[in-house]
Order: sequence, then C-alpha cells, then structure tokens
Amino acid sequence: MTTVPLKPVSGRRRRTDHIMRGLIWAGAIVALIPLVLVIYYILKKGLGVISGSLFTTDPTGATFGTDISVLGGIKSAILGTLEMIALATLISVPIGIAIAVWLVEYGRGTKPASVIRYLIDVMTGVPSVVFGLFIYVTLVESQVGGSGFAGWKGAIAISLLMLPIVARSAEVVLLLVPDSLRESALALGAPRWRVIFRVVLPTAAPGLLTGSLLAVARGAGETAPLLFTVQATLVSSGDLTQRMNSLPVQIFNDIQSPNSTIVDRAWGAALTLVALVLIITLIARFIASRSRLQT
Amino acid sequence: MTPPDETSPNRTEVVEQQDAASAAAPQATVGAPEVPTRPGEDARAGGHTISVDDLDAYYGEVHAIKGVSIDYAANDVTAMIGPSGCGKSTVLRCLNRMHEEITGAYATGTVKLDDTDIYGSSIDVVAVRRSIGMVFQKPNPFPTMSVADNVSAGLRLAGVKGKHKDEVVEKSLRDAGLWEEVKDRLSEPGVGLSGGQQQRLCIARTIAIQPDIILMDEPCSALDPIATLKIEELIHELKRQYTIIIVTHNMQQAARVADRTAFFWLGELIELGPTEKIFTKPDNQRTEDYVSGKFG
Repeated sequence: MTTVPLKPVSGRRRRTDHIMRGLIWAGAIVALIPLVLVIYYILKKGLGVISGSLFTTDPTGATFGTDISVLGGIKSAILGTLEMIALATLISVPIGIAIAVWLVEYGRGTKPASVIRYLIDVMTGVPSVVFGLFIYVTLVESQVGGSGFAGWKGAIAISLLMLPIVARSAEVVLLLVPDSLRESALALGAPRWRVIFRVVLPTAAPGLLTGSLLAVARGAGETAPLLFTVQATLVSSGDLTQRMNSLPVQIFNDIQSPNSTIVDRAWGAALTLVALVLIITLIARFIASRSRLQT
Repeated sequence: MTPPDETSPNRTEVVEQQDAASAAAPQATVGAPEVPTRPGEDARAGGHTISVDDLDAYYGEVHAIKGVSIDYAANDVTAMIGPSGCGKSTVLRCLNRMHEEITGAYATGTVKLDDTDIYGSSIDVVAVRRSIGMVFQKPNPFPTMSVADNVSAGLRLAGVKGKHKDEVVEKSLRDAGLWEEVKDRLSEPGVGLSGGQQQRLCIARTIAIQPDIILMDEPCSALDPIATLKIEELIHELKRQYTIIIVTHNMQQAARVADRTAFFWLGELIELGPTEKIFTKPDNQRTEDYVSGKFG
C-alpha cells in the first residue's frame, strides 16, 4: 500500500496565499476609506456648529452675519424632513410590502409577476430627479390641492423613490420564509390571507423592517425630488399642504453661500441628518426587539 | 418486535412494554403515567373513514398517481410504504387537498370523508383541512410563536375565537404526551424544544383543531430512535380517537404501528392488507420482493 508523502506547503503556494490575502485586505481598506472620510468630515465640521439654538430656531434668511443667532438654525428643516419622511414611509411601506406579498404568495412563477419584478428593478434605477420632475408635471404645475409646491407632493416623490427599495427587499425576505411553514398553516385549515398575516409576515418581520429602514434612510437624504415639489421656506409651518423646509434642501442651499458661517450650518445640518437616520433606525430596532419573542 | 395484528391483544402488549419502560426509567416521562388510560372513554363510536376511488394525481405533465382506489378504516392506523417516488406521499397529500398547493399540481377522482366527496365543487378546501389534519416530515413549529401559541395556532388561524384556549392547549399537549415536559415552558418559543418534542408539538397543534383524520408524512424521518419510539407510542394512543394514515420509509415502523399496510409502486397501489399479512405472506410478488429487501 502506497502512502502519500506529507510534504510541507511549497514556497510558491505560501507566497500566493500571502499575496492574495494582502489583496483582499487592501480591497477591504480601499472600500472603507470613503466611508470613514465622510464620517470624519461630517463630525469634524459639524460638531463645532451643534448648539441649542441650531435646533431651536428657524433660518432667518439673513445672508450676512457670523453668528447662528443672526442667521437662524435648522429647526424648520428637521421638522420638515421628519414630516415628509413619515408620510412617504406611510405611503411606500404598506404598498411595497403588498407588492412583495403578491409577488411571493400569489404571483410566484407567473408571467405578470416577472413583468412587475422587472418594472420594479427599472424603477430602482430611475434617478431621483426624474421622480421630482414627474411629480412637478403631474401635481405641482396643475396646482393639485390648491397650491403649487407642497410638502405632501414632496412626500409622494420620495415614496416613489422608496417604493421599489421596499418592494424588492421585502420580496427577498418573504422568499426566505420556508414553504413548510406556509404548508403547515394551510394544513391547519387556515385561509391563505390568515397564513400571510399570522405566519408569513410575522416570521419575516425583522427583514421587512430592515428593508423599510434602508428605504427610509435613502429617502431622508434625497434633495432632487424635493427641489421641484416642495421648494423651500424658512419658517416651520408643520403644514404639509404648504412649502416646507427640509434638511437636504437646506444643505443644498447653504453650501452655495459665500458666507462661511452658513456653509458651517450646512455641515451641522448634514450631521443632524445622519444622526436622525441613525436614531430612527435604532428606535425601530428597539421596538422590534421588544415586540418579538426571544429566539 | 413482532408485527402486530389488527386485534386488541397487540395493544395490551404495547402498553405493557410502555409500562415496563417507564418503570425502568422513571425520569423518561413519556406521558404514560399522566395520560390516564381511559379505554373507550374518548373512543368515537364509529370513527371516520376515508375512501378513495380512482384517484389520479399530476404534477403538471407528470402523471404521478394512477387510478388508486383505497379505503381507510375508522380508528385504524394505515401505513403506506413503497420505494422513493412511488407516490405514497402524493396520495397522502391528496387526502387533505394539500397536493394542489404545488404550482401546476392537480388531482382527479373522488376522495370521500365518510360520505362527503372532499373534491366536490361546493366543498370549502379550508374546511377539508380542518377535518383532516396533517403532520409533516420535518417538525415545523411556527418560529414566532411560543409553545402554547403553537398549539392554539390552528384555532387562531382558523379564526376560532379563543374561549377555552388554555384548556385546549393543555388537553392537546397531554394527548400528545408532551404536557409534562413543557408545562413550565409554555411561553417559551416553540422552536427551542428538541426535535422530537417539536414533532409532538406539531402533533398537539394538529389535534387541537380536533380533526377527524390525522395524516402523517414520514413523521419520524428527522428524529432519533428514542424520539421515534415516543411518536410511535403516541400513535397507538391517538388511534383510539382518530383514524390515522401514515407514510413511512421505515418498514419496521410500519410493522410496529400499523393495523393495515398499503404497498405503492410507480404510482399504483399494489396491495393493501393487514400489516402482518403484507410482511409475511403478501399476495403480490412485488410486495414480497420489496418487504424482503430485494429492491427499493
């Protein structure tokens, strides 16, 4: 009986291994560089601007001055973003999940399902400015609801942007729910709609939440759809039927200012936006973990 | 173990073995001491039957079941055996109309629960599945639900308003021989139980909706021998109240639990008879070849 001689790993293989490991590490670091730099600059430039009056005052519209108390803060922008994102989420998440439920539970393997899935993919790739233009043409120009620019129109533009993200991620998550669970629920004499509401959706809930939060984060930072649909204003009105301020639009406007204090305010607004998305995500995760069984 | 025949002495023998087992190992709470033996108390005089006439089942173009006619007797355990792909699971899934849940699958013929054709045009498929419960191959408790909620899931999924939910949960778990093991863990997740416990939980979930018939699709194939033994003992208990139809790959298991055994081959029913006869002197040569291990 012949035995395979146990030779040490050859030098060539060892070298190749080291090179390949090095390349993978380098790739990972290159990918991290922009992320780290973005966070670094936002913190560096933004932290200095953060103050109580930044959050509690509306921008005054003054273009000269070196103090936030003269120029005003970003209160109206924060409130506007929160309101519009809330409305956009209320529109896009139920519809997006409904689309995914149809695709997975009813349309699986059918022609209409693949057509819809293709359209959603196309919609994901549509630049956000196009959604803004679409709402501008359909709702703003025609003065639907009595006025031209309005917060709710911006929310619809953002929800159009969020919809494909929600639908596509929800579809992936729903497909992960094992068919055996659907079968056992059906075999217990459950109508299909109850199987969906009591078994499939609760099982997929954490994934659905993650997908929706991704869409919220994406929507919260969009500027282009809001420029055409909400415009901007200085005061916090809280009225979704009027022009509203929002963080991305304020950043967009402030950063163009020749006044360096206003540019700094843009950095403060950027930091606020990032923190806002982070807080929303953390709150949602906390609620989800509280409302579910420990597994 | 000798193959049981369909008369009662066999059952006494099994009960004796069970008692001996729990006497030897008191910590093995099979549920035998807790579940009082109440002969005849719960037995439904004249349980429910299923009779299948000329059943053909298809997966799209594939003709999987060819003209099967078979009667399942009340309060009997009928085992369906045969090589992989012989159609025994498909027949089982036709009995509660789960077969048609697969895209492109359909069945023709009549399947009567007592006197009602469950494939009749006016029949609600949801009601059929409430009358004919099913236990699957892999234990599949609902991952988002606690032990208790898993048991009552059938009631809630069927839209029954829960008045006596706690009683139903306890009775079903007792009947499934699981109560003693989980009574302190009712609010913990069902998926935290062991594989064998999960399968008995699934059986409890099935009997909680009080079906007439229980279908079991290789219920022990994912379980270890001890857990398998417990399920088999449970089947002996359950047949007092239910008509049970079980698909199994394991011929010893068929010999242990079944009153009657049906042998399927290439989508056809080859032979149905008392278990002992099928395993000792079957009429058909192919049955004999299969049970004696010449093929399959």
